[in-house]
Amino acid sequence: MNDFLATLINGISLGSMYALIALGYTMVYGIAKMLNFAHGDIIMVGGITTFTVMQYTNMPPWVAVLAAVAVCTVLGVVIEKVAYKPLRGVSSLTVLITAIGVSYLLQNVALLTFGTENKSYSFSFLTALNWQINEHLIIQGSTIVNVVIMLVIMVALLLFVHFTKQGKAMRAVSEDNGAAQLMGINVNATISLTFAIGSALAGIAGFMYIGTYSQIGAYAGTMPGIKAFTAAVFGGIGSIPGAMIGGIALGIIEQFSKSILAQFQLSALADAIVFVILILVLLIKPTGLLGRQIKEKV
Amino acid sequence: MAMLEIENIYVSYGMINAIRGVSFTVDRGEIIALIGANGAGKTTTLHTISGLLRPKSGSIRFNGTEITRVAPHKIVSMGIAQVPEGRRVFSQLTVLDNLKMGAYIRRDQKEIAHSLQTVYGWFPRLKERQNQIAGTLSGGEQQMLAMGRALMSHPQIILMDEPSMGLSPLLVTEVFNIIEEICKAGTTVLLVEQNAKKALTIADRAYVLETGTIALEGKAADLMNNDRVKKAYLGE
Repeated sequence: MNDFLATLINGISLGSMYALIALGYTMVYGIAKMLNFAHGDIIMVGGITTFTVMQYTNMPPWVAVLAAVAVCTVLGVVIEKVAYKPLRGVSSLTVLITAIGVSYLLQNVALLTFGTENKSYSFSFLTALNWQINEHLIIQGSTIVNVVIMLVIMVALLLFVHFTKQGKAMRAVSEDNGAAQLMGINVNATISLTFAIGSALAGIAGFMYIGTYSQIGAYAGTMPGIKAFTAAVFGGIGSIPGAMIGGIALGIIEQFSKSILAQFQLSALADAIVFVILILVLLIKPTGLLGRQIKEKV
Repeated sequence: MAMLEIENIYVSYGMINAIRGVSFTVDRGEIIALIGANGAGKTTTLHTISGLLRPKSGSIRFNGTEITRVAPHKIVSMGIAQVPEGRRVFSQLTVLDNLKMGAYIRRDQKEIAHSLQTVYGWFPRLKERQNQIAGTLSGGEQQMLAMGRALMSHPQIILMDEPSMGLSPLLVTEVFNIIEEICKAGTTVLLVEQNAKKALTIADRAYVLETGTIALEGKAADLMNNDRVKKAYLGE
């Protein structure tokens, strides 16, 4: 029972991080109709920023998180302006390939500046938050922080898109970009804002990554990025609640696969399970759990 | 000076020339009809005026200002609104939120509230259904919402693309009556229609668009009696 609960709790913790990353994928897809495959690497930049601030200054952790958010927001907006904006209106394959190129660029810049080795860091405040439920069951401080952050952001985002003028404009652009322009909505500005929000969340995810794995390196964003993409597809790409449900579900599935496969010394296969899910979702229900059928306009 | 002057514009989609040297003018307070068959370039013309498409050459002036290369959202701010073909209401937003999107460029809440009352005056059904999700409205109601939404920007001129499309004859008459009223209340109307008879009935002047060029132009009443128009567009 304790094992089951521990696995579930770890899954929710990991899933909260996936959910936050999946939000970036899903929002950018909803507004700009593109898959930003460099999104995972923005998490890595957020992680490295967090690490650098914590390791080399005496600033408190929240300053490191703010720094990561600031760096990632600027980076996301600049990438959109420089790499994606000139490609508006061309085939989506071109944009996808560009995004993969940006992803490699970020990784290689990180390899050059940060080095090839993963570097370790543990937040002491997270360990202080560890919560002993009983003899065998501890809820990690990082779990508590991950879940709280994810819930707060989810509520904030839903309030934003449903109750603010800018948020409603975002939904209008997401549904019909041409009609939104006829309302006087500046679509380019809306896309920039979406990249800013998605990248800011990736910055926070970078901090969560260090909190969860206690290390960071140039390739840190790849796996969480791809898994969060799977989560976004699973939940229904374009849907904000879908990103949360997909992220949490995927985190739980991954942890349970790991713990079951570990009994057969096969825990390395757990990642493969995630991609089997991606394939199954695409085969059985391509719109995901909460996704809408997208009508192709003629 | 004409309010809207379109001068010799050419618009193409890739290799296909959709508009080949179209010129026309709209004066303040007029209802101008642009009639023509499917594929004649009517929607392309409206999209070019709204800035969604860029002409290869030619010029579009609004109140004397060149707007040919101005971004769509700025064109709306200058006072040109469009009711797009097929309504294109935001189906996931409520009726009220759709109308508020129409007023996106405006800041003064009092004036927006005033416009909302005006729109509700024209379309009482929208008030009854203001909290309903727009996607659940009937076709006629969606057309009214699209028109109300465009009026919410308090435009000087409203471009209407096939407002009668898919509506019952009774509703078509209602929509055209409202278009006349909108014009009387001070908004200039550029009306694109396949329903030539209805369009010519309410228009002051009209242009006939055929395969990307203006084939005929004149007073609506004269065009209604023109043999070529009668044969090709009025089914007589």
